[in-house]
Formats: sequence, C-alpha cells, structure tokens
Amino acid sequence: MSSGSTLTEILINGVSRGAVYALVALGYTMVYGVLGMINFAHGEVFMIGMFACVYAIGIFSVAWGNHVLLNLGLGLLVAMIFSAGYGYANERIAYRRLRKAHALAPLTSAIGISTFLQYFIFLTVSKQNVGFPRYYSDMLTSNHIHLGGVDITYLQIAILGLTIVIMTGLFYLIHFTRFGIALRATAQDQLMASLVGIPVDRIIAFTFILGSALAAIAGVMVSMYDNVLVFDAGYRVGLKAFTAAILGGIGNIPGAVLGAMILGLTEALTTLGFGSEWNDVSTFAVLMLVLLLRPRGLLGERVADKV
Amino acid sequence: MLTLTNVHAGYGAIEVLKSLTLEVGPTEIVALLGANGAGKSTTLLTIAGVVPVRSGAITWQGAPLAGKADAVLRQGICLCPEGRHIFPRLTVLENLISGSFLLPLKRNPAKLEEIFTYFPLLAERRKQLGGTLSGGEQQMLAIGRALMGEPKLLMLDEPSLGLAPQIVAKIFEIIKVINRKGVPILLVEQNAQQALRIAQRGYVIVTGRNQLTGTGAELLASDEVRQAYLGE
Ligand SMILES: Nc1ncnc2c1ncn2[C@@H]1O[C@H](COP(=O)(O)OP(=O)(O)O)[C@@H](O)[C@H]1O
Ligand SMILES: [Mg+2]
Repeated sequence: MSSGSTLTEILINGVSRGAVYALVALGYTMVYGVLGMINFAHGEVFMIGMFACVYAIGIFSVAWGNHVLLNLGLGLLVAMIFSAGYGYANERIAYRRLRKAHALAPLTSAIGISTFLQYFIFLTVSKQNVGFPRYYSDMLTSNHIHLGGVDITYLQIAILGLTIVIMTGLFYLIHFTRFGIALRATAQDQLMASLVGIPVDRIIAFTFILGSALAAIAGVMVSMYDNVLVFDAGYRVGLKAFTAAILGGIGNIPGAVLGAMILGLTEALTTLGFGSEWNDVSTFAVLMLVLLLRPRGLLGERVADKV
Repeated sequence: MLTLTNVHAGYGAIEVLKSLTLEVGPTEIVALLGANGAGKSTTLLTIAGVVPVRSGAITWQGAPLAGKADAVLRQGICLCPEGRHIFPRLTVLENLISGSFLLPLKRNPAKLEEIFTYFPLLAERRKQLGGTLSGGEQQMLAIGRALMGEPKLLMLDEPSLGLAPQIVAKIFEIIKVINRKGVPILLVEQNAQQALRIAQRGYVIVTGRNQLTGTGAELLASDEVRQAYLGE
C-alpha cells in the first residue's frame, strides 16, 4: 500500500473519530451556550445510548428475527429516546432548581448523578462484559467500499453521512427557523426572552434533549466500533468531547465541530506515529497549546458570555 | 383599560410596591414618574407578570390579569424593559422577529414594513447584530420589537435613558404616533418634563406609594414636580 493511501486512511479514521466527538461535544456546547454551565453529567448520555441500543437489538432479534437495518434503526431510535429521557430528567431534577444557585451547586449535582449512573451500570449490567451483537456490527465493519485505493467501511460511511446530515440540520434549525431565534435569544438574555413570550424553560429542556439524542447516536457508533460496552465509556469520551468543545470555544457550535475534528485527527496521527497509548498526551498537548495562544478557544467569543 | 388597585409587590423580603393604584385608559399616554428606586420598573414588571402580585388587584379590559409573562403578553400587554435588552448577537431583523414569537409568522411582513416606516434606519441595518447598534438605534429596535407583538398596551421603561436630546425628541415623536394609531402607553421616565408634555395624565410615586396624580399639564405646573424632577 502506498504511503498516500495510508495517509488518506488516517484522515478518514481521524475524521470519523472527530465526528463521534463532535456529536457529543455539541451537547456540552449547546447547554453551555444556553445556561453558561458545564453539564458534567453529559458523558453518561453516551453510555446509556450504547447499552439501550444493544439491549433493544437483543429484544428485537428475539421478537422478530435478525433484520439488520430495521433492528439497527430501531435500536438507534431507542438509544436516542433513553438518552434524551435521561438528559431531560437531569435538567428537571438536578439543574432547574439550582439555576439561580451558586455555580458549584449544579456542578456537584452533575458529578453526583454521573457517578451514580456509572456505578449503577457497572454493578447491574456491565460486569458481564456486554458486547455489541457481532452479527450487526460485522455487517457494517467488514464491508467496505474502495475509493481511490482506500478501504472505507460501511460504518465509517454511516458515521460521516449521519454527522453531515445532523450538522446541516442543526445549522438550519439554529440559524433559519423561528425556533432557532428563540434558542439563541434564550442563550443571550433569559429575562427578555420570557418578555417576548419565548417559553424559556421548555427551550432549555429541549437543549438537553437534543444534545442527549446526538450523543446517543455517537454512543451507538462507537459501540459498534469497539464491540465492548463499558460503564465508564461515557466518562472517557465525554472528557474528549468536552476538550473538543473547549478547544473550539465553548458555547460555539461550529467551534465544537472544529475542535472535535482536530482532536480526531490528532489521535489518528498519534496512533500512527507513536501508538494509541500516546493519544491522551497529544490531545491535551494540543489543548494546552491552543489555549495558550487563544484562551477562548479557536472560535470562542468572550469567556463570560452570559448577560 | 388597565387598573391597579392597592397593589403590593416586591423581591424576597423587600416589599417595593406598598399599595399602588393607577389606571391607563384605552387611548391614553400615562406617565409614571418617581425618583430612582421609587418602584417604577417594579410596577411595570409586576404588570408584565415577571414580579408576582402579593396583594391588591390588577385588571385588564375588565378581567383580572393573572399569570406569568407569556399569559400577560398573550393578552396584548408588551413591556419594553429598562436598559432596552436587545439580543446582542441576533441581527436587527431577528430581534424584530423575536418580538412576534407568539403570533403567526405570516403577519410579520406587514408589521415589519410598518416598523421600518417609523424607523427607516432599522431597515438599513437589518442584517447588523443588535449589539453593534448605538444606544438610540437600540431603543428604536426595542420599541420596534415590542410593536411586533401587536400590543394592545405598550409599557416603556425609560426609553430616553442615556440618549442625546435630538434622539430623545425623535423617539417621543414616534411614541405619540404609535399612541395615535390606537395603542395606549404607560411611560416610565426620569425625563419628567418631556414625558409630561406628551402624556395626558401622570402619576408620581414615592417609595412604592402614590404621591401625586393629575393631567400632564397639572403635573408640569405643580411645585412639587417642578422641584423634585425638573430641577427648578
Ligand atoms: N431584582 C431585585 N431584587 C431585589 N431588589 C430589587 C430588585 N430590583 C429592584 N429592587 C429594589 O426595588 C426598589 C425599586 O426598584 P425599581 O423598581 O427598579 O425602581 P425605579 O425603576 O423606580 O428606579 C429599589 O430599592 C431596588 O433596589
Ligand atoms: Mg427603573
């Protein structure tokens, strides 16, 4: 294989990793944009998505057999619903009452929920080494298309395709609909938003729901890649996605995507050059370098962006 | 017609409005005057449903006015709050559209056209971010945004705050025009003289209580008002 095609493969690999981080990073950055708060329990939506999808596929294949596309699609839907439900519950139970409290109160609340959930999953299901049903993941990971001398798996195509569709949809929603105006208005001035009749509480809840559903999609993708589901997957991916959001400028949606792509590519290149055990080192080296040069992140505006 | 009867309201342990009574008739401009901290903004926020009423009654068109900000807005009462509160990173056009959030989108083009005839400058700057406008332009935008909500009563909290005299004059002109088109206005002002010139009636409040009331001309002529607010 020529070095040119190796580089292309690394790029594809990096971009698909980046896409996964981006889907999770959007949740951090959207909630920050609207509430000025880091949702430290966000990583877990990713993990819930993984488990919900695997269990749902298990049930569906018993119920009506192994219809790959149908069961995967429904599994993805179930994952999104479970994660969105968790994100919504989080907002209602852990955050809404604390919105006017000291900033450390929701933070503590979030860490509490997130730890509870991780160990709940650890103690109940993840001890048994749950894996993604191979029949489904193999179909996506072992089939490729050849493009310019490079193999691209169906899974990578699915990840990239879905991410592009989602980003486009999100961009349209936020910039070209009245709902998007309401969302941005809520982020900029909650009092004024309520004075023009925008249902501020519902907009905030929706932000959590949307961010969680996107992270669930990422969770399903990654569990197909890795085949093994672990209770702290949300923590690990969450940390990377959070880093990506900071890197791009927290609160800034295109920034989150850009930051995620840079991290994905950094990891892919690091894996090639030094081995994957160096990934965390290079990730955080990039983060520190960027923050030294641009303390607000690549596309960030003011740090304290709340009115 | 809006009436407040012995309204008490405040924040936490602080009672700001201590039995306030006022009314705004169907075609009036009513000025609400008072020193800094007298409770003028609190009065408007209480009517708007942001600050809860503790006792007393507010009625609008004969029925009790209850509920939160969106319920009040649905009944046609729009507040243009103190400090303008333009959404800084929405464009001028988006700021205007935000004002019609509860109404059908298809009514927007006609309203926008009307607002752009009041404030041609906003039409020119429709793609500019709200936060980059000057103070006077922001005040025009704030009034325009309130008009997008098709108000049946418009409450303006210190529209002249921090603006150059010519701009204030222009804004007061527009307030008169809006009123002549049938929208009653409750106007809070520090600039008592100018407010009383365009208002049919006015109220002076001191620490959340009624102090004086009368027609615009009466208040302009009263010694108390002249001494306290006109610096004479
Ligand atoms: N959000 C608030 N919390 C507590 N006290 C407030 C708040 N807003 C205003 N106040 C107090 O209420 C009183 C009246 O304020 P305000 O209605 O803004 O007066 P005005 O508009 O007449 O200058 C002041 O003493 C002010 O400090
Ligand atoms: Mg005031």
